[in-house]
Amino acid sequence: MSLNIIVLAKQVPDTRNVGKDAMKEDGTINRAALPAIFNPEDLNALEQALRLKETHPGSKVTMLTMGLPRAAEVVREAIYRGADAGIVLTDRALGGADTLATSYSLAQAVKKFGNYDIILGGRQAIDGDTAQVGPQIAEKLGIPQVTYAEDIVGVKNGKVTVKRRLEHGVETVVAPLPCVVTVNGSAAECRPRNAKRVMKYKYAASTSEVKGLGEVAAARVAAYPELNIPEWSAAYVEADPSQIGLAGSPTKVKAIENVVFTAKESRRLENNDQQIEELIKELIVNHTIG
Amino acid sequence: MANFYTDNPSLKHHLNHPLMRKIVELRERNYTDAEKFDYAPANFDDAMDNYEKVLEIIGDICGNKIAENAEAVDHQGASCANGRAYYADATVENLEVCRKAGIMGMAMPRRFGGLNFPITPYIMAADIVSRADTGFENLWGLQDCAETLYEFGTEEQCQRYIPRVCQGETMSMDLTEPDAGSDLQSVMLKATQKEDGTWVLNGVKRFITNGDSDIHLVLARSEEGTKDGRGLSMFIYDKRNGGVTVRRIENKMGIKGSPTCELVYKNAPAELCGSRRMGLIKYVMALMNGARLGIAAQSVGVSELAYREAYQYALERRQFGKAIIEFPAVAEILATMKAKVDASRALLYECSRFVDMYKLYGDISRERSLTADERAEMKHYSKLADALTPLAKGLGSEYCNQNAYDCIQIHGGSGFMKDYACERIYRDARITSIYEGTTQLQVVAAIRHVTTGTYSSLISTYAEAGYPTELAPMAETLSALTEKYNAAVTKVTEANNPALLDFMARRLVEMAGYIIMSYLLLQDAKVDQSFLNSATVYVNYTRAEVEKHAEFIANFDAAQLAAYGI
Repeated sequence: MSLNIIVLAKQVPDTRNVGKDAMKEDGTINRAALPAIFNPEDLNALEQALRLKETHPGSKVTMLTMGLPRAAEVVREAIYRGADAGIVLTDRALGGADTLATSYSLAQAVKKFGNYDIILGGRQAIDGDTAQVGPQIAEKLGIPQVTYAEDIVGVKNGKVTVKRRLEHGVETVVAPLPCVVTVNGSAAECRPRNAKRVMKYKYAASTSEVKGLGEVAAARVAAYPELNIPEWSAAYVEADPSQIGLAGSPTKVKAIENVVFTAKESRRLENNDQQIEELIKELIVNHTIG
Repeated sequence: MANFYTDNPSLKHHLNHPLMRKIVELRERNYTDAEKFDYAPANFDDAMDNYEKVLEIIGDICGNKIAENAEAVDHQGASCANGRAYYADATVENLEVCRKAGIMGMAMPRRFGGLNFPITPYIMAADIVSRADTGFENLWGLQDCAETLYEFGTEEQCQRYIPRVCQGETMSMDLTEPDAGSDLQSVMLKATQKEDGTWVLNGVKRFITNGDSDIHLVLARSEEGTKDGRGLSMFIYDKRNGGVTVRRIENKMGIKGSPTCELVYKNAPAELCGSRRMGLIKYVMALMNGARLGIAAQSVGVSELAYREAYQYALERRQFGKAIIEFPAVAEILATMKAKVDASRALLYECSRFVDMYKLYGDISRERSLTADERAEMKHYSKLADALTPLAKGLGSEYCNQNAYDCIQIHGGSGFMKDYACERIYRDARITSIYEGTTQLQVVAAIRHVTTGTYSSLISTYAEAGYPTELAPMAETLSALTEKYNAAVTKVTEANNPALLDFMARRLVEMAGYIIMSYLLLQDAKVDQSFLNSATVYVNYTRAEVEKHAEFIANFDAAQLAAYGI
């Protein structure tokens, strides 16, 4: 059976390079100051989607991302690696959204998209680390969710079997389709870009990007409809204005701190059980382990 | 997130050489494929952008995956069981990533599923892959056997086999036998034609790199009773048909991830590729030339890696209160290593462009007859490619060994331990000056271009190119050295003594090579200041080396040959 797969992906600031200007006065992230990257666990989710496509010929993988118009970069990146198409949900009215408003907006987009079998996404994004958006979308759509997925074992008879990575081991669960699966960073890493796909899709452009294209690129986009990346607005997905953007976001960020971990002096132990036991006790007492 | 293409700007510099415009036009037949294939470029800039984007993919895979895996591959190595060869686990991963990235069959035409790249960007990819894992470069680089299949196979054979290579199936060239190494005329593997016209192979091959590949090109004796090269033909053996087993794999010093196999053929079905009797004299020669360029690229990649490892260590290692790079003795070694990397890379791409030019005309001549001008140009570049290939392979592989040696030297005692990559680099580098023709055989291939003047006339064109003021003194030095080279050539050739010519061949070939690489570095420095240091260092090196050889030759008396056992 072929599957209609949606992969949720987010363009995130590369939080490995957080500087002083990482936050704006209103407490939201200053995305302009940080390099934008494909959220790492969303790449793990994409790989799971592409594997499903391989085992279920005829399946289609569609990316869905919400963000600034430049989030089309995420869609292109995913297409270079094997996704079939993508949608950018972008609108000034959607700006400043917390996880509640984001999941509402994305759920509206999924409803607009219509016929889908499975929604995949990364466990969490490295900018907020909340891991809330995936589960909230499932709630809003009224469908089951499987979190911490490490491997989608297979899809059979309208059910998906998923191996979950938990703190103390693994758990294999079966869920009816359609459902939301959020994928852990421990899952298989995403395949690389494919040479032919890059050469073909390098000109893929979103509705707002098409206007700025050069002659060759514009001709290419005109010749191949699949190079058009649609942009959807809040109105297009029929979102209630009071539930999106800042207005729909009860969360307020108080402050963002840049914490630098520094190494302290090392200690040398003799190679005997007594010293090791003492250290373990000490670490248990100060709650480092245990 | 390391990227072995973007972190090495000299690659882009060489990719952007002016001759590329012509090469791309020929390769893309004026961009007519764009109408048929959605990934074909529409014009020159589009094509160059494609090459860069694909090299970025390769740089990414190499920097983040293949280089990371190199140590594990070296430790586990390939293995052999039940008549089959098996790759190390990480090698299997590497091959899978390359397949997914679609970087197999890079230089094959689009109609067979290839990327239709010219040789130059393909060779650049080999340079990058080799820096990540030298042994893996062999497996990946054997895709250029498809080039020989494309050139000499029938259209029907191309349609059956080349798409499989583009999909990621690997190849091997089964030439060497226990009694036929450098001397391939002695190949004994027997090809027998059955009554129905089909062929079977029987016998043994040895030292076959990736010998358990999917598609083999095999050199075999098709003409019973013959003993020389004219009785040999080339065959295609498809592993799917069975008939060949791996008796054992070699336990090698380096490139351990690449299985080197002893193969046993037992009535293995095979099909003739090209014409009978042309196996060695035409097809294998073409195959070897391609392979030699590949080893030249592999050598440059290893040189680059050795230099980078050494440089990084010299920055970090502190002795007597400062980083060791601050000591002149260390700095000189590093500067010389860098100059050798830059010099051999300049020669590599000069050579690959020449190969591109003549092969592209050859390819076009399959579709239509060439004009007189085109034929002349093809002949010109074919000769230059033939002259530069043994230089690039011979000198490039020697430099990569020297750089590997110096890399350990910079690491001091730590370099002798198994803890650092340099000991692996040292072992991996060693084969480059041996296989696909030893350095000594490269000299044999190159010497006629000394005596017939190919190198001299190439050097003249470089000398006439014109150099800006800051490079003029170096150009003058080179012009003086060229005179010494020409004088040495005259002295040796006029003696009319074949033994003396053989004896001096290495020196003469090296002199030509040093001068050519120096000029190439001057041309690089002309467009990009970052090559100035390497040009300066390398021209000084060239002066010392050329003077040394010139002195030796000038003062040598042929009567002394006996003292050398000649």
